[in-house]
Amino acid sequence: MRLDADNIGLIVAAVGGLALLFGLPLVVELFTLLQFTVYIVMAILALSLALIWGFGGILCFGQAVFFGLGAYAYTIAVFNIGESTVPVLLSIVVPAAFAAALGYFMFYGRLSDVYMGVVTLVVTLIFFSFMNHTAGEEYRIGASRLGGFNGIPAIPPINMPGDPGRVLWPEEMYYVAMGSLTAIYIGLRLLLRSHFGRVIVAIRENETRAELLGYDVRLHKLLIFSIGGAIAGLAGCLFANWNAFVDPTVFGLGQTAQIIIWVIVGGLGTLIGPVIGAMLLQYITTWLGTVEVANSSLVMGAILVVFVLLVPRGLVPTLQLLWQKLRGGRSDPGIVATPREAVESGDD
Amino acid sequence: MTDAPVLQTYDLTMRFGGVVAVDHVDFALKEGELRCLIGPNGAGKSTFFKCLTGQLRPTEGRITVRDHDITGAQSHEIARLGIGIKTQVPNVFDGLTARENIWLAARRGRSARAADALTDETLERLLLTSVAATPVGQLAHGQRQWVELGVVLAREPWLILLDEPAAGMTHEEVERTAALIKEINRTATLIVVEHDMQFIKMIADVVTVFHQGAILVEDNVANVMRNPKVRDVYLGKQAA
Repeated sequence: MRLDADNIGLIVAAVGGLALLFGLPLVVELFTLLQFTVYIVMAILALSLALIWGFGGILCFGQAVFFGLGAYAYTIAVFNIGESTVPVLLSIVVPAAFAAALGYFMFYGRLSDVYMGVVTLVVTLIFFSFMNHTAGEEYRIGASRLGGFNGIPAIPPINMPGDPGRVLWPEEMYYVAMGSLTAIYIGLRLLLRSHFGRVIVAIRENETRAELLGYDVRLHKLLIFSIGGAIAGLAGCLFANWNAFVDPTVFGLGQTAQIIIWVIVGGLGTLIGPVIGAMLLQYITTWLGTVEVANSSLVMGAILVVFVLLVPRGLVPTLQLLWQKLRGGRSDPGIVATPREAVESGDD
Repeated sequence: MTDAPVLQTYDLTMRFGGVVAVDHVDFALKEGELRCLIGPNGAGKSTFFKCLTGQLRPTEGRITVRDHDITGAQSHEIARLGIGIKTQVPNVFDGLTARENIWLAARRGRSARAADALTDETLERLLLTSVAATPVGQLAHGQRQWVELGVVLAREPWLILLDEPAAGMTHEEVERTAALIKEINRTATLIVVEHDMQFIKMIADVVTVFHQGAILVEDNVANVMRNPKVRDVYLGKQAA
């Protein structure tokens, strides 16, 4: 393995991830650790959109669909099965399969970006509306009622694989979440420098050219969209676990808009940016909720406006640029993505 | 080398509403040829080209490449038959480096090691080694065109379709491109769509002249230049 910038980044990510994974529980109290767990879950969700929008060039306004499907798939399955291993797998497989089906119509039907945005948004709202109407006794899947707008309470937490009696402690849930985030982040970095990942970025840059080289653009987009769906689904599963409760707001407009804001604020076209964006904004939201000085939605909106107008590249790419300038303008254009390309491609 | 056509169209027609852009064209290309398609603006040569490359689905007629019927096939399927395509509007990966552009072409259907070697070779062949690490969007227009040629060549196609390869180039660049196309022609069959007559004179052998969606004349370049009909529809207009 050569020691280039990309590999150094990977090593830093791995070391940093592991340090947080084992270090944080030693220094903070359980309450803070629990808060941190949900930030991490949201960071995983942000990663899913960072991948398909920032690298795949697919503007999905409905990333919440996969998040919500993951949460409900886990919940319904765990009530029916009891043991949590299969439900966790289902929370990944069901959203991925749904993403594949939705993606099939969008990519093989060659929908343009704007329509794709509209379709994904509407699909989210359909789920939101439908799940809100399933409060009646007749809406049930096996042993699990869907609960409608009341949601589903008392969701059994994940247990040790094969041992339903041994459920994970909140502290252990932190390890699961942080371990997942680190693994997914590193996995995506590796994916993006594989042949498949480089083709994905090439498609974002120029679909026609990729096609004229003999790459099946539709299939590549379908696959990356499904991978994004799977990751968002896992985030949904972890969220249902953390919350022990799920209701249709996971499909809501607020949820889906939030994901986009995290990615924009953190930096489109990077993976670490949206992770930081999600954690930072979740922290601010929680903090605003405690001090009650301003409405948190209002502040989120203001932050989005400020970023779009003043820091359109997002936090991480802007800091990268500043760092390069400070070092005397020595730039090394990466093969995967420099922030500039990503922002440009996100605009069209 | 047989004389059987490697690319053929039968009765190819493309309509846009009431406009017939390509009108029942029968066209045949033999292996090893370097064929130029010329014609005034709106003659239908680019539409014809887009039908060949799968960017447009013809309204009527058939297109065959060797034994494959490619009528209405997807662009990537046509490309996989070993056909290299350069479109009129430069289609390159602007945000990626010249090396990455060419590597993406070389890697398809090849091992990573073979792709790396072919990438270096192609960069050298097109004199792009010095700008290999520069994002293509930052290169001069002529260099971008060559990157696209490099991307086409790195697939090692046996049939190459080029739409206006010399558009917007300086005189020296045009000469280099002409030399390059002749060199490519030693190993590959080519169709070149172009309306720069100087460029055509540098490279042409047999020329097909399009006019109002149909083939007006098909002959060697000297005869085409002398042909009064061609002068009327094309050269006359350009001189005026």
